[in-house]
Amino acid sequence: MTQAKYQNDMSAYDVNRIRADFPILSQEVHGKPLTFLDNGASAQKPRQVIDAMRSVYETEYANVHRGAYQLSERATERYEGARNIVQRFLNAKSRQEIVFAKNVTEVINLVAYSYARCVLEPGDEVIITDMEHHSNIVPWQLMRDERGLVLKYVSCTDDGEFRIEDLAKLITPKTKLISLTHVSNVMGTVVPIKEVAKLAHEHGAKLMVDGAQAVMHMPVDVQDLDCDFYAFTGHKIYGPSGIGVLYGKAELLDAMPPFLGGGDMILSVTMEKSTWAALPAKFEAGTPPIAQAIGLGAALEYVSGIGLEGIVAHEIDLLNYATQQLSSIDGLTIIGTAPNKTSVISFTMDGAHPHDISTIIDQAGVCVRAGHHCAQPLMERMGVPATTRASFGMYNTREEADTLVAALGRVREIFN
Amino acid sequence: MMDDLRELYQEVILDHGKDPRNFRKLENANCEATGYNPLCGDRLVVTLCVDENGMVQDAAFTGNGCAISMASASMMTEIVRGKTRAEAEDLFQRFHEMCTTDEDIDFTDDEDVERLMVLSGVRQFPVRVKCATLPWHTMEAALRGESEASTER
Repeated sequence: MTQAKYQNDMSAYDVNRIRADFPILSQEVHGKPLTFLDNGASAQKPRQVIDAMRSVYETEYANVHRGAYQLSERATERYEGARNIVQRFLNAKSRQEIVFAKNVTEVINLVAYSYARCVLEPGDEVIITDMEHHSNIVPWQLMRDERGLVLKYVSCTDDGEFRIEDLAKLITPKTKLISLTHVSNVMGTVVPIKEVAKLAHEHGAKLMVDGAQAVMHMPVDVQDLDCDFYAFTGHKIYGPSGIGVLYGKAELLDAMPPFLGGGDMILSVTMEKSTWAALPAKFEAGTPPIAQAIGLGAALEYVSGIGLEGIVAHEIDLLNYATQQLSSIDGLTIIGTAPNKTSVISFTMDGAHPHDISTIIDQAGVCVRAGHHCAQPLMERMGVPATTRASFGMYNTREEADTLVAALGRVREIFN
Repeated sequence: MMDDLRELYQEVILDHGKDPRNFRKLENANCEATGYNPLCGDRLVVTLCVDENGMVQDAAFTGNGCAISMASASMMTEIVRGKTRAEAEDLFQRFHEMCTTDEDIDFTDDEDVERLMVLSGVRQFPVRVKCATLPWHTMEAALRGESEASTER
């Protein structure tokens, strides 16, 4: 574990020092400084992550798990070392419970195809919410149609809050799986996963958690949460794209058939049949994203080195400041006002479509996301066709919130 | 850069966007198609009344989307009225060219295309070209008897 460079408290959080670690932040867009507020879509990478991946390709690259030569051993050590880092980061009981995949979408599909489709029975119920990202809706629709599962959903409140009592009302003896987002990608709403896990287990159901928007905004301890499956992706926590993680309790993963078949996930293959490798290899077919996994390990170490508590305190301050500033804009409505949320702000502006807002403020160097954010059912639930979303990360500043607000002033000038 | 923005969001565009013409569903429509841009959520329905000679007698649209797509749809419904199928398709080709070309082509030989030149500012914003062309794709789909158009197909 690298020596902590930054102290673990708000007063010592040096955002400028952190910004200096991110090469891309110093560029200009349309002659203005880059104001990157689309971290919810994907986050920028610190030099430490870039260097880790470069060093793999420059000095320690070979295919993993295969070679009997030293270079392959070193590559394997670094790849499996990354798995250990992820295990520690999530506080999983065993490294066998950490499976590398491509992204959260692939992880959810893995659970849908290997668990829901094979372990659950026709007529079993799966419960999701109407806040979910499409990746936590579509796979369950596919399983409903293919396996005859029953798909139900909890609706969020008008403020975008999740109410556990509404979930409790939907649970029946046939409920076998609940799959929820930890944090809404549109509204930042935090779902009380620990309480949901308790409720699920009381009723004999398992809990799958989509943590794509959570792991960078709060400490996640999968044993403490007691969720059965947890997914997150590297590219949103300052790591590379192309690497995602499934955490699954060992006894569940053991009972699941493989998702993808091929090399590495087998013990033996004949033309008649194959036997499977032990966990976690059973779910990692083919050559994995080697440098990407190592990059993810470097990203998690970077975040841990700064300290999640400090990052969270910084982001909550930004959230409060930006919310206050945005609320003072005429005709601006914030979508999603749960008391417990992360630093994500979705909003609409009277008379201006998010697409137009986003184009106009891009001219001021401000990057936000416009549209339905892969959450069309949520848009319908909140009664809007689309929103503009600003999502703040560890390197954003109050000045950038000011820049956003000033740029929105230009939108007001054009669409008055 | 601000000039590009001013060119894209000219008064005419903002006016059509705020107060779109022919913003309704045609009751006696015999052609209809839904256009959808999945990237941003722009969605519109184009309804046309085409007579036995293949001439567009009336055109209208409903839906919601960004200022560019609404303005383009509004102008489209005004311009295609009185055009034949072939003329409407040709108009679309020229409009599409105008939105995407790097060259300085003179479009002023055609009165209709000249009217559409007000949307040509979209050239500086490649991501937004689909917003401008979606209503036209949808109109084309309606003329061809297809029920759906998408910017992604």
